Amino acid sequence: FILAQHGSMASRSLVQDHAQRRLQVISGHLQKVGVSDQHVLSVNQCRGEPAFPDDNRTDTVPKHRQEVLKWNGWGYNDSKFMFNKKGQAEFTGKRYRLSGMVLPALREWMEKTFGASLDHKSVSRPSLNTSDIPPPVLNEGFLQSIKATDIPFSHDAEDRLFRAHGHCLHEIFTLREGRFDRIPDLVVWPHCHDDVVKIVELACKHDTCLIPFGGGTSVSNALECPADETRTIVSLDTSQMNRILWIDEKNLTAHVEAGINGQNLEKQLAESGYCTGHEPDSMEFSTLGGWVATRASGMKKNVYGNIEDLVVHMRVVTPRGVVEKSCQGPRMSTGPDIHHFIMGSEGTLGVVTEVTVKIRPVPEYQKYGSVVFPSFEQGVACLREVARQRCAPASIRLMDNEQFQFGHALKPQVASIFTSFLDGLKKFYITKFKGFDPNRLCVATLLFEGDREKVLHHEKQVYDIASKFGGLAAGEDNGQRGYMLTFVIAYLRDLGLDYYVIGESFETSVPWDRVLDLCRNVKERLVRECKERGVQFPPLSTCRVTQTYDSGACVYFYFAFNYRGIGDPILVCHQIEAAAREEILAIGGSLSHHHGVGKLRKRWLRECISDTGIGMLKSVKEYVDPNNIFGNRNLL
Amino acid sequence: MATSSKMLYMDPTPKKREDFEDILDERRHSSDLRYAMRCYTPVVYRGLTTCIPSALKSAVLKSEHVQYVIHKLSKETGESSEIIQEEAAEILDEMGHNLHMSVIRFFVFTLSKIFKKLFSKVCVNEEGIQRLHQAVQDYPVVLLPSHRSYIDFLMLSYILYAYDLPLPVIAAGMDFMGMKMVGEMLRMSGAFFIRRTFGGNKLYWAVFSEYVKTVLRNGYAPLEFFVEGTRSRTCKSLTPKLGLLNIVIEPFLKGEVFDVFLVPISISYERILEESLYAHELLGVPKPKESTSGLLKARMILSEHYGSIHVFFGQPISLRTLAAGRVNRIHYNLVPRHIPQKSGDDVHHFVNEVAYKVLLFQLENMVFSPWTLIATVLLQSLPSIELPVLTEKVLWLKRLVQSFGGFVDWPDNCPADKVIASSLAIHHTTAKTCNGYVTLPVQHKDYGINEEYIFRYAVHVLMCASYRNHLLNLFVRPALVLFAMESTKSHKKEEIYNYFVFLRDLFSDEFIFPAGTAIKDFEEGCFLLGKCEAVEMLQQDIFFTDNGSSITLFLTAMFQPFLEGYLTYCNYLTLEASEPFTEKQFITGVRQFTFQLLLTGYLKFYEVLSSDMQKNAMAALVRQGSLHKLKMSNGITYQVDREAVSRTADMLGSKVPVRKHFVPRL
Repeated sequence: FILAQHGSMASRSLVQDHAQRRLQVISGHLQKVGVSDQHVLSVNQCRGEPAFPDDNRTDTVPKHRQEVLKWNGWGYNDSKFMFNKKGQAEFTGKRYRLSGMVLPALREWMEKTFGASLDHKSVSRPSLNTSDIPPPVLNEGFLQSIKATDIPFSHDAEDRLFRAHGHCLHEIFTLREGRFDRIPDLVVWPHCHDDVVKIVELACKHDTCLIPFGGGTSVSNALECPADETRTIVSLDTSQMNRILWIDEKNLTAHVEAGINGQNLEKQLAESGYCTGHEPDSMEFSTLGGWVATRASGMKKNVYGNIEDLVVHMRVVTPRGVVEKSCQGPRMSTGPDIHHFIMGSEGTLGVVTEVTVKIRPVPEYQKYGSVVFPSFEQGVACLREVARQRCAPASIRLMDNEQFQFGHALKPQVASIFTSFLDGLKKFYITKFKGFDPNRLCVATLLFEGDREKVLHHEKQVYDIASKFGGLAAGEDNGQRGYMLTFVIAYLRDLGLDYYVIGESFETSVPWDRVLDLCRNVKERLVRECKERGVQFPPLSTCRVTQTYDSGACVYFYFAFNYRGIGDPILVCHQIEAAAREEILAIGGSLSHHHGVGKLRKRWLRECISDTGIGMLKSVKEYVDPNNIFGNRNLL
Repeated sequence: MATSSKMLYMDPTPKKREDFEDILDERRHSSDLRYAMRCYTPVVYRGLTTCIPSALKSAVLKSEHVQYVIHKLSKETGESSEIIQEEAAEILDEMGHNLHMSVIRFFVFTLSKIFKKLFSKVCVNEEGIQRLHQAVQDYPVVLLPSHRSYIDFLMLSYILYAYDLPLPVIAAGMDFMGMKMVGEMLRMSGAFFIRRTFGGNKLYWAVFSEYVKTVLRNGYAPLEFFVEGTRSRTCKSLTPKLGLLNIVIEPFLKGEVFDVFLVPISISYERILEESLYAHELLGVPKPKESTSGLLKARMILSEHYGSIHVFFGQPISLRTLAAGRVNRIHYNLVPRHIPQKSGDDVHHFVNEVAYKVLLFQLENMVFSPWTLIATVLLQSLPSIELPVLTEKVLWLKRLVQSFGGFVDWPDNCPADKVIASSLAIHHTTAKTCNGYVTLPVQHKDYGINEEYIFRYAVHVLMCASYRNHLLNLFVRPALVLFAMESTKSHKKEEIYNYFVFLRDLFSDEFIFPAGTAIKDFEEGCFLLGKCEAVEMLQQDIFFTDNGSSITLFLTAMFQPFLEGYLTYCNYLTLEASEPFTEKQFITGVRQFTFQLLLTGYLKFYEVLSSDMQKNAMAALVRQGSLHKLKMSNGITYQVDREAVSRTADMLGSKVPVRKHFVPRL
């Protein structure tokens, strides 16, 4: 019956062929995912027919996430940047392409860019001190009722702490050397939709606060527990609701539990020859439900669309009851789309439990590429033209010069003299022969997907446009490295933290005509704010254009600085980020393209969506959740 | 109160004065030709996109903004857009600058020669130059000099050349274009020309504003213009003209540049080339049209000596810092930025505030020559004053000016009578020494008391007054407080403040008072008076002191002409004016009226004849509602509200109390 869903055996092997490629795609960035995930799900009591038998799965996230993931930093325990005995930077572990490699240029880059020094370390506390954890406030009624169900729960300090934060700088900083005022009192792991319904009912009955938790990759302060919340805070961890319930090949949809994370979703779909194509930078950890709740965007949205384009149907458990549509029509005119009340609601209305998403056959062929432009201005002009002609590849990103140089700092030790010779030749050709200024040039990375012929044709079309803007093709390697960096760059912050360097990233979307002005002004503002706040060394202030749309683009900023000599670095960093956000808004950028509002950007929401807009959101909240059970206080 | 006002108003005196360097000194010791031909490599804006003047013009023409306006006009008028485009190109040709290094070098050479002949020193504050060096590299820069003479912008470009700073693009009045060769030469030295009036011409405005904005956005060159709009004939600052400033702040508000530096520049002349010309103009002898032959005639007069010049480059002001929290830039988010948009009230107020700030910075950094002190004393001692008395009073005034925070260019180690003698020598056409007395070089025994005598005498009084005017900004606040105390005959702070506000409003075209700073001005005035012990400040009261009478007398005498002038005009309006009248008719009428009063000896202030004061008074009366402006087909005419005028006159003559102002916590 399962096979019937997948068609004949013959076509299955073809499908598996694609699947194989698809897996390569992912392991392109993520090697050997799930190897260490030994934790197998306990017996599942929930009904519902999963597409794959449980016992085949080795790729669930364990309930005790800290067994696999860092408790005080980004990503897997086994993967991190460090300086080896020779003082050279190295990336540990085996998961990523960069794993086990020496990065000879990174140290000098850190010293030059931040004035950081290996002699000045700022180390994290080595392990969690449970006495620093506020004791749980437990609602006996709720606890007894949960015990009466078979839903797993925990009030272990480590489990609670892990769900008290996302990955904003101040949250990681607090883990390393501070303490949280308020953390969840109880963690529950529902296994299915019905479990969630039970939990929400109990929460309403016993008046506890529920905070849904997916992958924990929030960078908007969305997971922070309100310090003045006196009720029991229950963290509802969706990670065990991670099955693909069915795949519908006729309509190309899959019905999936919302707790599944990106890499497992793609991996499991790939086994059937499909993918969603939704690849946010956090896809190793972030979950389907989290994407819906924040209005996520994926790197390859040009082919597959953003989350709002991918969702066909969703089930959401709210204090008022379950909300869902009665059919799966591809588009409806049935009043304001109720999905849009949920998408971007950031856990304030309920829990997304199941989602029907669009799927596509895994692409036959995939090719990376890169283009060097003499200046950022020309690069942006090229991206604009590509968008105008609506011929954007699956992904097209433009890094500015600082990021280009940073990319070089992450070049692994060259394997052979020949490669380095070739590199030298390329550099010579671009800077000397073509006259590009190494301090001005910038690079676009490209990813094409589709059938081979189309990809090659598409590639030519894009390179032709690029050449009109002075762009020179710079090879597949550069492109691939660019995308690989996306996944490891988050690890780099932890290294910075070890050496008095802190930083943050933030994003926006902006009409095309303002892209350049926004990039320049925000970067400049970051530099000026750092200076005015006593930062001794000029900060790293860099941006890239990561998405193109018909009428504008998404811009992503990184900034980081050496905080030695500053009394309250986190406060300073906050103030600088806030100033940069003011700058973005002043020039016509949005409050957020895909990170969401959370609590970090709440204060600007009113001016961004008008008083009436706030009122509309409030009235929905009032109806759906009058007792503020979903009390994370995001957005409003 | 004395202590509280001290806390509110910062004492200006401790500020360190910056050192000046004479740039002519080197010119006197080395070859001008080699200097003009030397390698000139100015520092440039780091975000500069280099382009030549013709490329600048075509960028302006092709800009979305200009194209938008062209198409809109074409739709409105039915004229083809090609023709309007042609028109725009013509405007650009008429306007655009055409900087040529060879012309600059020619100017450098000739100006070196001329300046050395005319001036003993051209002093520049080096620190200001260093600040400018940095500013020019960081952000687009707007140079905002005071405007007292034609020499201003030549001098400024000359100085910038001397210090390897980029030469500015200068907004100049169209009238220069009339000077055949010279107009083109100025154009080649970086001037661009704007029509004095172009009200309603949308195409002109679009081309012009885009030209200015393109210069700024590209960091093409520093932009230079005069906030006062035109040369001040009286050496008082003119109330600011906001048009260009409005254009300048737009690229910042729209996020097209990160920041813009405004650099106020104060140019102080010991003797102004046009001094006599200005006095004649103020008395109604029409301004000669700028012409090359006129300039050559002027050249003849240039055999005179004009003392020294002080050029102070002020602290660059960051527009971004000024605008923080004052203007909401989100306003510009919902309309494409090339489409002209009416700016909001917050922007209007902001621009006004910026303009006044710039003017006040200019005034604050002016350098006072000994002659400004002499002229001030002399005006209060007419018809003549004994030289030793003059010396004593000038020294007294010097101390007062310095204690009020003014900078006097008084030579060190030189006896006072020598300083005064050399100053009198430079200004021999304005005042003369005769048998140990200093007096104006016009004697009624030469003419008898007739109109010609009055006119000639008035010319010299106005010349003196223009130098005294240098000091007005320093003294106006305490002086108005004193007038308020005398007029109200009260020591209640609140009443005094009320009258102060009345005077401040009335004279807000005459002196530089930013909007909304009445309390600050009042407190500053009180503080300075308290500091020099002219008054004693208590919690709610202010009293004259016994030993402060000399200061009180001096300050009231200094501003008396303005009060008398406004009273005279009010009298004229209630007694003689026939309505409706144009501005011209008013000026002729009131001048005749004043002449009579001066002839008969009822009035002794010759300054009342100044058309500048007359125009300012008109504007004030219009603002107060005593005059009604009517727009007629043949121009603007005025109608008098006699009751209102006499009410103003009564208040000014302190016959009736002034309207009460709400005083928040004085």
